[in-house]
Amino acid sequence: MTGFLIPILVVTWKDILLELRTKDMVTSIFVFGLLTAVIFNFAFDPTPAVVALVVPGIIWVAFTFAGVLGLNRAFVLEKDRGSLEGLLLCPVSRDVIYLGKLLAIFLFMLVVEAILFPVFAVLYNFSLADITLFLIAVLATLGFAGVGTLFSAMAVNTRSREIMLPVLLLPVAAPVVIAAVAATSDIMGGASVGDVSRWLQLLATFDVIFLIVSSFVFGAVLEE
Amino acid sequence: METTTDTQKSRTSNRDVASVAKAVLLVVGGVMMLADIALIFLWVPTEQVMGVVQRIFYFHVPLAWTGLLSTTVVFISSIVYLWKGQRRWDALAHSSAELSVMFITLTLITGATWAKMAWGVWWTWEPRLTTTLILWLMYMGYLMLRAYAPTPSLAARYSAVMGIIAFVDVPIVYFSVNWWRGIHPRVVGVGATSGSLDSDMLITLIFSVFTFTVLFTYVLWERVSLRNAEDAVQGMHITERTA
Repeated sequence: MTGFLIPILVVTWKDILLELRTKDMVTSIFVFGLLTAVIFNFAFDPTPAVVALVVPGIIWVAFTFAGVLGLNRAFVLEKDRGSLEGLLLCPVSRDVIYLGKLLAIFLFMLVVEAILFPVFAVLYNFSLADITLFLIAVLATLGFAGVGTLFSAMAVNTRSREIMLPVLLLPVAAPVVIAAVAATSDIMGGASVGDVSRWLQLLATFDVIFLIVSSFVFGAVLEE
Repeated sequence: METTTDTQKSRTSNRDVASVAKAVLLVVGGVMMLADIALIFLWVPTEQVMGVVQRIFYFHVPLAWTGLLSTTVVFISSIVYLWKGQRRWDALAHSSAELSVMFITLTLITGATWAKMAWGVWWTWEPRLTTTLILWLMYMGYLMLRAYAPTPSLAARYSAVMGIIAFVDVPIVYFSVNWWRGIHPRVVGVGATSGSLDSDMLITLIFSVFTFTVLFTYVLWERVSLRNAEDAVQGMHITERTA
């Protein structure tokens, strides 16, 4: 188990180290997410009566678009600096590279969400007391980043790569967005963990299925 | 020298057999389609509640069926392509994906036309409609991915990945949309009408499904031949990977 885990963490650590030095990814996801929320404020004018209706949607649209932005960057550096070849030369299987990159993206997005959730709570005046919101965020972000990492590795090689990723990812990740919005909305309306359990199960199913499928097919994406 | 001539001869005869089979399929499909149109517009009784607009169902249901059939073909041939790396599986997946987009587009158009007459709106965010729209978007993405990929071999591999992911995603999309809309009253769906179909209507529907399946098979075959010809012309044969 550790023999499988350590190479994954090494790949993840490489990305974390890079991020600690540049702070590119987290900053851009954060600022973009915040901007989305501000723009939505003008679009909906969320008075207290409307807040419960639109805020779950605003939160997850902001996270989704910001996440696409971050995922777009995931393989750009690897490609432009030619470090992907270096990664491929490592004596590890392709799914290790996939899981390592995925874990890094997943952590970056979680960090940004951990900052943005309190900011949104202040801006839109809702309560963060329920720990279930954290669970929803973890499961939804894992599924989103799971498919996203796979698509990002393909999109980076295509023409107009910034367009390609959302075109592929958004329809496939539609269940994640639906489940996250619905569950968040229920929790804000006072529901308990038990009430949203089917959404959590749906998210977990999505995560498991696509982590397995993506690990299998990732090799085909990287081969030159 | 002897063997080369033999191979050429067998290749030519294979091609002859294929073109004869294709011609037979075209004739059979053409006759079936004429009979199908006659059944739908002349023979089958008009539905009492919905009136003449109900006849669009004899096109809508077979189109939806061929749409699903073609995505299944994309899924299976994508898996085989990633596994074996043989170009012909990519040709099949690519051709079938184009047909998926075409048949799903027609499904959406015929569905919207019927909905406007029956429900008074072109569109509702009902689970089946929403899932079909997302399905359409995923296969548009598939074709875009092929068009934007840097090399034919990467186009083949990337789109195979998308063909697998998209197909696996469909049931999950359907469940999530179904639950999301679950709190709203369900509008009358296809299931509600097909339960009360009389035997003439059922015969017409089943015949139409067969007709469109033949149409799908024929068009897919032609598209694969065309794709092979395109590859030959451009000299872009993808080097066959060893599995």
